[in-house]
Amino acid sequence: MSTKIKDASIPHIPTSARISRWIGRNLIRIYAVFAFTYLFIPVAYTFAFSFNDSGKSNLIWKGFTLANWQNPCGAPEVCTALANSIKIGFLATTFSTILGTMIAFALGRYSFKGRSTSNLLIFLPMATPEIVLGASLLSLFLVFKINPGFWPTVIAHVMFCISFVVVTVKARIASLDPRLEQAAMDLYANERETFRRVTLALVALGIAAAALLAFSLSFDDFIITNFNSGTVNTFPKFIYTSAARGIPAQANVIGSSMFFLALAIVITGQIVGRKRKVSA
Amino acid sequence: MGKIRTPYLLLLPGFGFLFTFFILPILNLAQTSTQTPVGGGDTGQYEQTLRFSNYIDAFVENKEQFGRSFVYALIATLLALAIAYPLAYAIAFKGGKLKNFMLVLVVAPFFTSFLLRTVAWKQILGEEGFVVPTLRNLGIISQSTTLTSTSFAVVMGMTYNFLPFMTLPLYASIDRIDPRTLEASGDLYANGFTTFRKVTLPLSMPGVVAGTLLTFIPAAGDYVNAAILGSPNTKMIGNVIESRYFKIVDYPTAAALSFTLMAVILILVTVYVRKAGTEELV
Repeated sequence: MSTKIKDASIPHIPTSARISRWIGRNLIRIYAVFAFTYLFIPVAYTFAFSFNDSGKSNLIWKGFTLANWQNPCGAPEVCTALANSIKIGFLATTFSTILGTMIAFALGRYSFKGRSTSNLLIFLPMATPEIVLGASLLSLFLVFKINPGFWPTVIAHVMFCISFVVVTVKARIASLDPRLEQAAMDLYANERETFRRVTLALVALGIAAAALLAFSLSFDDFIITNFNSGTVNTFPKFIYTSAARGIPAQANVIGSSMFFLALAIVITGQIVGRKRKVSA
Repeated sequence: MGKIRTPYLLLLPGFGFLFTFFILPILNLAQTSTQTPVGGGDTGQYEQTLRFSNYIDAFVENKEQFGRSFVYALIATLLALAIAYPLAYAIAFKGGKLKNFMLVLVVAPFFTSFLLRTVAWKQILGEEGFVVPTLRNLGIISQSTTLTSTSFAVVMGMTYNFLPFMTLPLYASIDRIDPRTLEASGDLYANGFTTFRKVTLPLSMPGVVAGTLLTFIPAAGDYVNAAILGSPNTKMIGNVIESRYFKIVDYPTAAALSFTLMAVILILVTVYVRKAGTEELV
């Protein structure tokens, strides 16, 4: 659409303006390339140094090896930490997605007394710095003589993920075309069938996106985890504690694998989403 | 199932959870912040004495770190805005068929652990990295200048780490702008800069507000960048709270600092949102 208008307007513009316009138009593309390079520098660095024949501290390039990829659990503790992160991530994702989706439906679908207060309660945890969330929850656990550890960490993660799930799912619900549900009702689907086969089916992609977001937030969290996990090690905690004496290259292998895995999931999700849109 | 009850039933489990593990802890934090050590007790034992001057003591003792947190967070937010705005603009208006793919690219670095990326910056900018020797050979920095363990490195780390939080909301609001409004502005003899100032920027304000908040809030409370990329001279309030908790076991001071941080951020956010005039944030 914009090209048509562009073409129509070109004859009226002097050459010099056209050249500067052309530069202007491409400047932002060149800029985008630079910005993406900047975003990916540490990712590329992490990936490159996963092949470093580094020995104990992965600071200086010492030669190419595949050994780290062949033996990703080679460094002590790294896979225990990873397993914990994945377990905590799955549990936190499951609970926060269920609780958050229910809230999103209530807020997105109904008008009721206390709706704006409810919106505020969802916004507050996102507006609170992580360190305050982590420290306050730890204080509560200490009052009730609950030792920090695995389950306190899961609880902490569910707590900070809920709001993000609500916001993501609510946005999806808000973009639903109400006529689709009316159409289902017109075709003699009862309320429950309409909900299950139309509403939920349409919101499902939003819920999936929310779950993915929750998992990545949980998996990557350090500050809140550090306060509530006690002696339980997680992958970010492992990196933080080993940062001083050098991180083993195996951590780079795991970080890079997570990157490619997540990229594959997101791209697959987008392709599926596009196909659905086309067929719908 | 009564229709009126449905939303409340849906809210109940989630809000019960948030009440127990978000509201109660904050209230408990407020309670802890006015405690004092038990006379003759062990370290880490405190009793409630409603000593509100804990706040004054905590603030006076750490005002430098407080100031630094807000200054660093502000600079990082402005830098992130400057970097992310043209990027979001490029994706929204020039992305074409690659739009979705480019959005994935913005989020993708997220998936390599936040800490791994920060450590990567530390090594890239460190003595063994390639940046410092190159800059020294070119004479851009002196032989003794270092890039890590400086406030520059901390601010740069924060800018980098929170960039996607800035880019996504900016993109969302720029993408919603009808390109015809920009053409209309051009037809009315506005040049590129005027069009940007009078049309694009005002229409993208919700994104600017959301992005700056999503960057500023975590940046002000952050201590990871300062811990990895900084030095004792770049300590932020997050570092102080962390060490009060774990190294000194001084819960009341940590609580008072946390509460002050949260209060200051909430006040700033409220004032800012009022001034910026967007209420549709959540």
